[in-house]
Amino acid sequence: MAVKNLLEAVRETLHDALARDERVFIMGEDVGPRGNVFLITKDFVEEFGHDRVLDTPLAEASIVGVAIGAAMAGMRPIAEIQFADFIYPAYNQIVGEAAKMRYRTAGGNTCPLVIRTPYGGGVGGALSHSVSIEALFYHVPGLKILAPSTPADAKGLLNSAIADDDPVLFLEHKKTYRLIKGEVPPGEYKIPMGKADIARPGSDLSVITYGLMRHFATQAADELFKDGIDVEVVDLRSIRPMDRETIVKSATKTRRVLIVHEDNKFGGVGAEIAAIIAEEAMFELDAPIRRLCGPDVPAMGYSKAYEEAFMPSPERIAAAMRDLAAF
Amino acid sequence: MPQLGETVTEGTVGRWLKKPGELIAKYEPLLEVETDKVASEIPSPFGGTLTSIMVEEGQTVAVGTIVCEIAETGAAALKPAMSAAASAVQTQAPSSTQSSTSTAPRSAAGVANGVRYSPAVRKLAREHQIDLSNLSGTGRGGRVTARDVTVAAQSGAVAPTSDTRTFAQPVHAATAATAPIGVPRQAHAPIEAHAGDEDTVIRLSQMRKTIAERMVQAVTSIPHAWCMMEADVTELSRWRDREKAAFKAREGVNLTYLPIVVQAVCRAIKEHPLVNSAWGGDHIIQRKHINVGIAIDVEEGLVVPVVRDADRLSLAGLAQSISELVEKARKRRLTLPDLADGTITVDNTGALGNVLSVPIINPPQAAIITLEAVVKRPWVVNDAIAIRSIMNLCLCLDHRVLDGAVASRFLGSVKKMLESYT
Repeated sequence: MAVKNLLEAVRETLHDALARDERVFIMGEDVGPRGNVFLITKDFVEEFGHDRVLDTPLAEASIVGVAIGAAMAGMRPIAEIQFADFIYPAYNQIVGEAAKMRYRTAGGNTCPLVIRTPYGGGVGGALSHSVSIEALFYHVPGLKILAPSTPADAKGLLNSAIADDDPVLFLEHKKTYRLIKGEVPPGEYKIPMGKADIARPGSDLSVITYGLMRHFATQAADELFKDGIDVEVVDLRSIRPMDRETIVKSATKTRRVLIVHEDNKFGGVGAEIAAIIAEEAMFELDAPIRRLCGPDVPAMGYSKAYEEAFMPSPERIAAAMRDLAAF
Repeated sequence: MPQLGETVTEGTVGRWLKKPGELIAKYEPLLEVETDKVASEIPSPFGGTLTSIMVEEGQTVAVGTIVCEIAETGAAALKPAMSAAASAVQTQAPSSTQSSTSTAPRSAAGVANGVRYSPAVRKLAREHQIDLSNLSGTGRGGRVTARDVTVAAQSGAVAPTSDTRTFAQPVHAATAATAPIGVPRQAHAPIEAHAGDEDTVIRLSQMRKTIAERMVQAVTSIPHAWCMMEADVTELSRWRDREKAAFKAREGVNLTYLPIVVQAVCRAIKEHPLVNSAWGGDHIIQRKHINVGIAIDVEEGLVVPVVRDADRLSLAGLAQSISELVEKARKRRLTLPDLADGTITVDNTGALGNVLSVPIINPPQAAIITLEAVVKRPWVVNDAIAIRSIMNLCLCLDHRVLDGAVASRFLGSVKKMLESYT
């Protein structure tokens, strides 16, 4: 199998979808001749033409709104929000329209729409290019949220998202784009949405996480293993639907759970994970559920010190693991 | 939960004598508490209305746990806080929901003796029937972790039961060494029987549990040895037949063989004081007082109340004391002091027709003696065969404390005394 980085995996998946299915088209800011700010859609416009690789104005509500209309009309649009930080104007379209479409029309209309957006920090992106947005959306029924962390998962989940008849918010952690490499299966490889991945099996405590933090947590777990602490790392991959079964199974197995996410703590995805465990595995727990998350501050600062203070690091994750293991 | 003895750490609510909503007078019996082998009636420390019961019948809780709430009669319910704390019965002023008088420790779920256990630990302990209070933890601040319980369960250790006064010695040093995480208290590794459809499952009473634990404790910790002698009690029997009517009229109790044997045992101990001893681990404790335990069968099982300083009592005094203990046992009125501090046990197994028994020693005593049924037998007397009344005496001894020779000499003394009646 070919080894690719995550960015290349996304690019390959988009390319193949355009080539495979006439209904698929891409729209977004700078996706055309510019080839997207990370060069994900480089050369697409030459190959597939302006009708299928649409440059749009800086108007996120319109990007999503137009995509919703096209989806209802039978197309399979892949809308791009250049940075997740810019998604707020499209919130109404995503939450108010797309997520409700099937329900509102009693199944008469579906909205087979994929909204891709790079999110997360750790790349010196400052206030407007570092945000995590999953908590703002995962409360909403009718919307799927995927956050793959490996090239293979990115391809497998993006293919599933494109094939899905309902709206999917597809989150790509921008630090993983070039940092994370791995084997990517050929063809229209798919991974079912709503299935977590045991990134590392272990017996002493569970870390439940997703995105870039999967890699930091695995790194920290390998460190702890040298000291005889065997950590299980669960990568959700899919934030909604959330894989309750795997979460509960892991919590039951290790009896100690640390939740790690980069998004800030209050009301974050970790709160839901903790609630699921408390509801379903309370009597299996041997320690309080812990969360290691970004701080509750309005944004990630530009200064390296601020960014480092915000981002959970392998070292901080390792320290939190040790603390929980010693409880 | 009141403390019903110095070393008692927990009690089982046997029976509530009042229902919630019922009025109760101060000192009126409120509930029955079972500890060890004793059921005690607990008088209400307050007069008022029983508002709620927090510990159900059959539940065992730590001493100090709040078992019920009583709303005191009269608004001026400002008792000194100490009385409430000492009795561990929470009082509540009628008009307020928050008790202003009680400082009794509140037992939240999972909290015992100030120790918190996680849900997983409690669940595992229940599954494996492990008493957590005997487990030392490897978690932060000595917290017992789920793994500690699992490891303890897997070690399958049989560990000492709760009464540290009675079982002074940790007898499972070897087991403890192989289970460094902790030793469960009740985790016998029994061969578990499974009930079939037509079988009846009998719930263990507190008493049955205690008997079971002690018997396992006794046979696993004490190297038992056994001997038996035949006593010709023909003359004793005749003497008793002559005396018993007058004795009954004079003393008000029956003249049975039991006090007679107890008296003989006491006198034999004076000759062989080592029999009245206990194993102390690296020493032997020879007891000054001769407190004779009397095995009594009651409806719920076996109890062994004690005749204190039995050697100082006359035959009539022994008969009286034994009679009183039997009466108390039958009426479930025995108290902890009635059961404490026995130094040797006498068991009247003959009462039910036995002629031979191998009893189990009541730890930490070193000996138990039985008097078997008096049976007429063909007997060789002066090289002729006669019909004589024979009573077998069986003695079980702790072979750590006693050897067969001293035990036999002791038993011979008892036999001789019983044969000396004319």
